Amino acid sequence: MSMRQGDSSQFGRGTQPRGPGRPFGPGGGHPGMMGSGEKPRNFKNTMKNLIQYLKPYRVSIIFVLVLSILSTVFSIIGPKIMGKATTKLFEGLVAKVSHVPGAAIDFTYIGHIVLALIGLYAFGSLCAYFQGYIMAGVSMKVTYNLRKSISEKINRLPLKYFDTQAYGDVLSRVTNDVDTVGMNLNQSLSQIVSSVTMIIGVLAMMFSISWLMTVVVLLVLPMSSVFVTFVVRRTQIYFKRQQDYLGHVNGHVEEMYSGHNVMKAFNGEEKSIKQFDGLNKELYGAAWRSQFFSGIMMPVTQFIGNLGYVAVCIMGGYLAIKRTIEVGDIQAFIQYVRSFTMPIAQVANIANVIQSAAAAAERVFEFLAEEEETPEVTRPVKLDRVTGRVTFNEVYFGYIPDKTIISCFSADVKSGQKVAIVGPTGAGKTTIVKLLMRFYDVNKGSIMVDGVDIRELRRRDLRSTFGMVLQDAWLFNDTIRENIRYGRLNATDDEVIAAAKTAYVDHFIHALPHGYDMEINEEASNISQGQKQLLTIARAVLADPKILILDEATSSVDTRTEVLIQQAMEQLLKGRTSFIIAHRLSTIRNADIILVMNNGEIVEQGNHRELLAANGFYASLYYSQFESYNPK
Amino acid sequence: MVKLIKYLKPFAGQIFIIFLLLFTQAMTDLSLPSYMSRIVNVGIQQGGIRNAVPEVIRASEMAKLTLFMDDNAQAAVSDDYILLDKDKLSPDDYAQYLRDYPALAVGAIYKLDTSEPAEIDKLDGILGGPMLIVTTIQQGGISAFTGGELVLPEGVDPFDLLAQMPSAQLAAIREMAAEQLASAPESMITQSAVGYVAAEYQAIGIDVGHIQTRYILSVGGRMLLLALLGAACSISVGFISARIAAAFARDTRRKVFVRVGNFSNSEFDKFSTASLITRSTNDIQQIQMVLVMLLRFVFYAPIIGIGGVIMALGQNVSISWIIAAAVMAVLSLVSVVFLVSMPKFKLMQKLVDRLNLVTREILTGLMVVRAFNTQGYEERKFDRANVNLTGNQLFVNRVMVFMMPAMMLIMNGVMLSVIWFGAKQVDLGAMQVGNMMAFMQYTMQIIMAFMMVSMVFIMLPRAAVSAQRISEVLETELVINDPENPQRFGGDIKGQVEFQGVSFKYPEAEDYVLRDISFIAQPGQTTAFIGGTGSGKSTLVNLIPRFYDVTEGKILINNIDIRDVTQHDLRDRIGYIPQRTVLFSGTIESNIKYANENASGGEVEKAAEIAQALDFIQKSESGFETTVAQGGANLSGGQKQRLSIARALVKRPEVYIFDDSFSSIDFKTDAALRRALKKETGDSTVLIVGQRISTIMNADQIIVLDKGRIVGKGTHKTLMESCEVYRELALSQLSKEELIS
Repeated sequence: MSMRQGDSSQFGRGTQPRGPGRPFGPGGGHPGMMGSGEKPRNFKNTMKNLIQYLKPYRVSIIFVLVLSILSTVFSIIGPKIMGKATTKLFEGLVAKVSHVPGAAIDFTYIGHIVLALIGLYAFGSLCAYFQGYIMAGVSMKVTYNLRKSISEKINRLPLKYFDTQAYGDVLSRVTNDVDTVGMNLNQSLSQIVSSVTMIIGVLAMMFSISWLMTVVVLLVLPMSSVFVTFVVRRTQIYFKRQQDYLGHVNGHVEEMYSGHNVMKAFNGEEKSIKQFDGLNKELYGAAWRSQFFSGIMMPVTQFIGNLGYVAVCIMGGYLAIKRTIEVGDIQAFIQYVRSFTMPIAQVANIANVIQSAAAAAERVFEFLAEEEETPEVTRPVKLDRVTGRVTFNEVYFGYIPDKTIISCFSADVKSGQKVAIVGPTGAGKTTIVKLLMRFYDVNKGSIMVDGVDIRELRRRDLRSTFGMVLQDAWLFNDTIRENIRYGRLNATDDEVIAAAKTAYVDHFIHALPHGYDMEINEEASNISQGQKQLLTIARAVLADPKILILDEATSSVDTRTEVLIQQAMEQLLKGRTSFIIAHRLSTIRNADIILVMNNGEIVEQGNHRELLAANGFYASLYYSQFESYNPK
Repeated sequence: MVKLIKYLKPFAGQIFIIFLLLFTQAMTDLSLPSYMSRIVNVGIQQGGIRNAVPEVIRASEMAKLTLFMDDNAQAAVSDDYILLDKDKLSPDDYAQYLRDYPALAVGAIYKLDTSEPAEIDKLDGILGGPMLIVTTIQQGGISAFTGGELVLPEGVDPFDLLAQMPSAQLAAIREMAAEQLASAPESMITQSAVGYVAAEYQAIGIDVGHIQTRYILSVGGRMLLLALLGAACSISVGFISARIAAAFARDTRRKVFVRVGNFSNSEFDKFSTASLITRSTNDIQQIQMVLVMLLRFVFYAPIIGIGGVIMALGQNVSISWIIAAAVMAVLSLVSVVFLVSMPKFKLMQKLVDRLNLVTREILTGLMVVRAFNTQGYEERKFDRANVNLTGNQLFVNRVMVFMMPAMMLIMNGVMLSVIWFGAKQVDLGAMQVGNMMAFMQYTMQIIMAFMMVSMVFIMLPRAAVSAQRISEVLETELVINDPENPQRFGGDIKGQVEFQGVSFKYPEAEDYVLRDISFIAQPGQTTAFIGGTGSGKSTLVNLIPRFYDVTEGKILINNIDIRDVTQHDLRDRIGYIPQRTVLFSGTIESNIKYANENASGGEVEKAAEIAQALDFIQKSESGFETTVAQGGANLSGGQKQRLSIARALVKRPEVYIFDDSFSSIDFKTDAALRRALKKETGDSTVLIVGQRISTIMNADQIIVLDKGRIVGKGTHKTLMESCEVYRELALSQLSKEELIS
């Protein structure tokens, strides 16, 4: 699995969410034109997967293909018929000028042609529209299904997966990659068919008018595709360079803006402008070159198109004198030549489009193919009334198989007991939590709730016996009421309010604008950290679990909230077995069992007194707090 | 958009050149169809013969034509033609002429002796009529012009008869013929005159086919040259406009960057850092892109549009309404599509954001979701966002899909109209077939130009927003400025910091963050600030380097108001260690030296040692040369903080500001660091903002803040006794015994 965004920061450690890297939507960016240059690793497999997703829509797709061929064919025969009208007109005129008796322009004939063409074109356009209409529907459905699969997949993946994946990466699959697939699907499928039909059809028509002129055109036009390939390649180089330099400039801008206090505090303005000027100059050089090269494409292809045009005029004129072709044929031929360049460019481009679509699809399918959580046991045990006794039985565990961080850990936590987990930041205190909730499975040994191995239970049943209040309070963009109700989705409003009262948060909520109906904003920044914590406590109260997992607050909230949180936690702990990631000495001292962790391992276990007596890591940790004001 | 135009001034000359080039390009683009029309009209239809002025004509035929000319016309013709006669030519000349004109052997020949276009035009007008009359007489006899009175006897050449007529009678016939000619359409006269000339050439023995081929090739050749010229213009325009756009982007980017460099925190708060970054980067890229489009297409469209209209009108006025109708159709199509899809387009970003938000929530709350078994709930929420987004996308896609076929229909409809109505005009003789074909091409070019413009107009609103955002930055008035006549701190000062009745509120905020703050921080002493979140302790120290200016009261350093010296001078005296550590990409050394470029290696090492950073620096393979990634991403929080402290130390300032700078450092290192600092800071004034009681409890002066006011001032001991807020804070962190011990 690649780490595309070069972000190795682990999930859940307060990394900032990464937005989608590229603006969304039709008109955003140049789909395919510049070619992302990204190539799928296994094209065939990806296509196979994609076809699976398309299968339910095969009838629609066949319909689309037929319609697309039809509309193309209509647009091909149009000019030829129109040419006939011109020829008729010309003949009539010449006859009239040459004073052939009774000579007149045959308006009935021309009228018929015009009427026939109106019908033909209208029908062709209708076909084209329905083709696009249906295809848009199909590609949107595929997009929808892919996203749905991803969202469901997220919930089936083991937490382990997210240890190594930045979630910006998953996010970009849900939006960017799926979008790329959908958009390209929409374009390329019908485009391949219509372009190929167009090329064949136009060629046939041109040959039917004059093989000599066709050969001339065929000699001229490949020049344009050779040139286009050359320019595209050049452009890509400069675009890449522009992108790189843009990255440098953006990096510098970002660095200076976000550090502008320091920059100013140390009078670094001039230095930074000097550096900026250098980068900016480089960017300028790459920018105009890439702009120029991408802009050169049109005039040159136009010129080559004009070459074809001139060639047709000369040849056509010559052949018309010889009476090999008619005047209307020249007109038709000109139209064919003009409509010949576009499908060729499209076909040339389509390889790029498909490639970038496949690369995007591959990332999506890769994600969907990730290994899922181990399946539930076939005959799960059901716990009727949980007392809350938790036993660790010679547990071995390591995030990476060959690096065991918990070795032969045994402990018996009786119903209603308090377990404190302590250790410096980054010591891996949440590991125990993750094992208890079966976010990870132990490597050896077992963890038992009420004497039953937790692997014998269904995950849902196990987890519903636990309540969890994490320090990094997780709220979502909805009302406060719904955020509390999250603890038990079928709770009534009254139950929600009761839980809020128990958690001492009811009073707070009433003081907020709109009370329980106040909407938490997207960044969850419109209420304070302390309030958030209280809400998550209320949530746990509502869930009413037998066993609790708590993460004590370390962030400084104001003293009054602090006291409230304390009280709410006390309230919550009553009569429940609890695991507390503890920072407060009072909590630690009162715990029945203290698990001391360092560098991811459990280094000591016992109660406060025992651990101090042992004079180990816990003791040094404890005493280091006071060193600062013990001068000696 | 308009506001940014003034920044384009330096490029006025180049833009003018672009304008000229585009004009040339438009002219070449527009003249190609008219050349094609000539190939059809003259090349094919008229056998390559341009007009009624023959290069050579037999004297006998000229005599016939002369019959139908008045005296003036006869004089004009004889002026421009010279007679080639076997008897009067030298043998050499004769032989040469005979090769070209075999008929010279039979009789004398007139040869055209002018190449002046005006003269030829005149001759064309004179000769066309008589040629038509002569042709008519040759085909149908003379009766058409004599009203049937004159019946020729069998075997009599009508021209002989006419030649012998008395001049009065001849004049009458001439007049009658002229009357009939006036009613004949112009193209009719040209066509038959051309037929006459062709027949004459044939009679003289000239290769008519050769004339035709030569004509087509010469027109084709000119077309090629024009196409080449057009391409050259277009490429030049691309070149110049790419350079203008890139240079404009470069200059604007610099202006914005320099401007933002002068911003204080007030302006940063107003815009937000993220938004300023976007304005300096993406927004400018956006403008660059649109500028190229503008220079290349939007300028071009009116030129070719107007030019096309003029050319098309030159072909035929009476079917020009088709162009107007086509343009109207295109414009209304584009605007309908635009109007229908715009609201949904605007909605799009919101829906994408929503989907992103929901996904992000699921991802950040993985554990919570699983802990509460709410996967189903989340999936339903995701599904709603998914349905809304794809539904919206589908609608927009389907509207867009409508564009192409409708466009094709309009184009084809235009072609058919031109054929149908053009054919009528051709029938009336008001237009030729080639012109009709050219008309078709013009119409297409005009429609394309309008299409292009309307596409650009769809892009324009987005660019306008970008332009607006950029000019907002450029036009923001700075809140904090240097005084006009600054005082100077002088060489040797003491860093005494004094607040005199300082109150502060954020610009445009209602409530004061700080109220009536007064204290003196003495050199050689440590003054600490403590209080809960939102108590204003961090804001307070940020006033000292003038990141914000006080709202009321004043701040003095060494008894000088900090607003009376330059910002540069002020900041030279301060060593600032921010709350949120900022390191710049580079090396560890470059980061420490950021404060003082002239610091020696020894000084850097000393600073690192005091900051307790030397250990980990030396452990790292490259030591002080270790690369620091952007934002210091490759260092831990504690390491970053220690480097940030070392950076301030190397400066040896008069005033140190530690804005909560010990939070990521563990207790042990914290203690060691503060012991070392105490020795180093010596006579400097030290200000510390802290959260941990243990960090600040040894300070000489502790200032306790609550809701922006000073609620306690003193040492740890005195505050424990006298200050309720302080005691509460202390007790929440440490137990009673621990505080007393």
